[in-house]
Amino acid sequence: MRTLQRVTVTAAIGLAVLLSAGHQASAQTKIGAVLSVTGPASFLGDPEKKTLEIYVDEINAKGGVNGQKLQLIVYDDAGNANNARTFATRLVEEDKIDAMVGGSTTGSTLAMIPVFEDAKIPFISLAGAIQIIEPVHKWVFKTPHTDKMACEKIFADLKHRNLTTIAMISGTDAFGKSMRDQCVAVAPQAGIKIATEESYGPRDSDMTPQLTKIHNTAGVQAVVNPGFGQGPAIVTRNYRQLGIKLPFYQSHGVASKQFIELAGPAAEGVRLPAAALLIADKLPNKDPQKPVVVNYTRTYQQKSGQAVSTFGGHAYDGLMILVQAMQRAKSADKSKVRDEIEKTKGYIGTGGIVNMSPTDHMGLDLSAFHMLEIKGGDWTLVPGT
Amino acid sequence: MSLRALLEIRLLPAILVAAIVIILPLFFPSAYYYRIGALVFIFALAVVGLNLLMGFAGQVSLGHAGFLGIGAYSVAIGPVHFGAPSWLCLFVGAILSGAVAFAVGRPILKLKGHYLAVATLGFGLLVAIVLTNEAGWTGGPDGMNVPALTLFGWRVHGSDAWYWIAGATFVGGFLLALNLMESPTGRALQAIHDSEIAARVLGIDVARKKLTIFIISAMYASVAGSFLALFNGLITPDVAGFLGSIELVAMVVLGGMGSIFGSLVGAAVLVVLPQVLTIFHEYEQALLGLIVMVFMIFLRQGIVPSVTVALAGWRK
Repeated sequence: MRTLQRVTVTAAIGLAVLLSAGHQASAQTKIGAVLSVTGPASFLGDPEKKTLEIYVDEINAKGGVNGQKLQLIVYDDAGNANNARTFATRLVEEDKIDAMVGGSTTGSTLAMIPVFEDAKIPFISLAGAIQIIEPVHKWVFKTPHTDKMACEKIFADLKHRNLTTIAMISGTDAFGKSMRDQCVAVAPQAGIKIATEESYGPRDSDMTPQLTKIHNTAGVQAVVNPGFGQGPAIVTRNYRQLGIKLPFYQSHGVASKQFIELAGPAAEGVRLPAAALLIADKLPNKDPQKPVVVNYTRTYQQKSGQAVSTFGGHAYDGLMILVQAMQRAKSADKSKVRDEIEKTKGYIGTGGIVNMSPTDHMGLDLSAFHMLEIKGGDWTLVPGT
Repeated sequence: MSLRALLEIRLLPAILVAAIVIILPLFFPSAYYYRIGALVFIFALAVVGLNLLMGFAGQVSLGHAGFLGIGAYSVAIGPVHFGAPSWLCLFVGAILSGAVAFAVGRPILKLKGHYLAVATLGFGLLVAIVLTNEAGWTGGPDGMNVPALTLFGWRVHGSDAWYWIAGATFVGGFLLALNLMESPTGRALQAIHDSEIAARVLGIDVARKKLTIFIISAMYASVAGSFLALFNGLITPDVAGFLGSIELVAMVVLGGMGSIFGSLVGAAVLVVLPQVLTIFHEYEQALLGLIVMVFMIFLRQGIVPSVTVALAGWRK
C-alpha cells in the first residue's frame, strides 16, 4: 500500500492547496497590477506600488469612481516574465479585474500583453520600450516616455546649437543598449551624423581609452552617453580628466541627484533631457504641469517618506488616466473604458501632457522632456526648450 | 492477481502519475489552474532530470537553468531567424544541450568531488550573459517573442492545451527515468552513489556513467525550457539565471533526492506555494522561506522519502 498511500496523500495536499487559492466577491471596481516590487527591478516596482496604494486610498476616501470603491490587487513578479504571465492569468481568471495598471519592466509587459488582449481588458503598462505600443495593440497603453523621445530631444537641442556630428559612448546594460539603438535609428531623420561609437560594460571603472579614441576622431562636435547607474558618472569624470571641451550630453537614465553627487564638479555643464517631475520646484509658474508634479511630490514624500522618482509618477499617470476614462464612460465596462482611454486628450500628468489616439497609445510628445544643464551642482532649465 | 502483486508492478508509480494528470482538471475552475498545472509539470520534467544527477550520481549542477535557457532560446531563435519548425528546434535544442553537457562534463567528471557544481555554476552564468548581450539574436534583456508550436496543422494555444502536453510529456519522462533506474546504467549509478570505490572495484566506469546521466539530465532541462518558451510565447534571459538554477536544486531537495516521484512534489510545492502566499502581501517571501525551512528541518530526506518512512513506521 505504500506507494498508493503516498500518492493519495500528496494528491490530496496538492488539491487542498490549489483550491484554497483565494476567491473574493464584491461589487467593487477591481484594478489589477503586476509590479516588480522585489528583485533587480524593484527600483521601478516599489515606488509604483506605493503610488498606486496611496492614490487608490485617496480616491476611495472621496467616494470612489462612479459611486463604486476601487479595489487594488497587486502581485509581485520579482522581475520575472514567467511569473508576470502567471499573475496576469490569475488577475483575469480568478480576480476578474476590470482594468489593469502596471507591468514594471518591458519583459513582463510583453509577456502579459497576449493575456489581456485575449481577455479584452484595458491594460496600461508602466514600462519604457517602444515595442509595447508599436505595433498598436487594441487594449494596451503605456504612460512612460520612450528612449526614442530622449534621443530626439537631445538631437533637437544639438540642432539648436548648430552641432550635427556627434560621437556616442553607450553602456551595454539594458537601458544603455535600448537607448543606443533608438538613437542610431532616429539620427538620420534628425540630421545628425554619428561619427564614431564606443561602449563600456556596466561594471567598468575606467573609460579613458574609449574617450581618448573619441577625442582623436576628427569632426566630432559633441558627445552623447546613453547609460544607467554609475557608468555615466565615471564617463563624466574621465571626460573632464582628459580635458575634452566638446558639449557633453547624458540621458534621462541619470536624472537623479545621485548622478551629480557621483560625478562631482565634473558634472558641471553636462546637459540631459528629463521629465518635469524631477525639477518640480524649478518649473516656471505658468507651466501647466507645475501643480500636478508639485502635488504628487508632496503627497508621495509625505505618505511614503521617500524621495520621488519618475517611476512612481508613471503609476500615478496610469491610474489617473484610467480613473478619468471610467468617469467619462460612467461605468467600469471594459470596452467603453478602453474607448475612453484612447480618447484621452489634454491629460496633464507627471510625465507630460497626454493626447492619445487610435494610432498612438502613449500620447506624449517631445514637450514631455525638459532639457536641463547642471550648474553649481544643481539642475537648471535650459531656456527655450 | 492479489493486491500485493498488483502493487509490485514496476510501472505502478507512472500509472498513478498519469491518473493524477487526468483527474486533476476535474477540479480546475478556470484556465489559471490549468496554467499552474502546466507549469508544475514543465518544471517537474527538468527536476526529474536534475534528480537523476543529484539523487543517483551524487553530483550537483548549479547551472541547470542554463540548459533550460538553451532549450528555450532554441525554439525562439530557430523559427524566428532560420524559419525552422518549432518541434524540430525542440529536438535540436535538446541535442545541443546534451553536446554542451558532454563538453562541460567530460573533463570534470573524471575528477572526484564537487567540481561539477563549480563548473556548472560558471556555465549557467555564461549562458545568461550571452543571452543578455547577443541582443541581435536574442532580443537582449527585454526578451524575444516565441512563435506558437504547430503540430500537424494544429496551432497549440491556451493553458489547457499546454496542460495536456506538459502532463503527457512528464508522464513519458517519468517512465523513462524509472526504466533508466532499472537498467544496468541505473544500477551502476546507485552502486556509485552508495560507494564509489566499491563500484569501481566491480568494474564500473564511474566517470562514464556520471557523464551519461549528466547529459540526460541536461536534455530533460532543455525540453522543459522549450516547453516553457512555447507556452509563454515570450522568453527573457532570466530563465537561465542563477536564481532559476537554485530553484531547480531546491525543488529536488525539497521533494526528495533520489525519489523520482519527489521531483513532482518538489516542483508542485515551489510553483503553487508562491501563488497561495500572495494573500500575505509583504510577508510573502519571509513565509516562503520559513515553510521551506520547516520542511527541511522536519522532513530532512525531502518530502516524499520522509513521508514514506513515517507512513511505514506508523503502519507497524
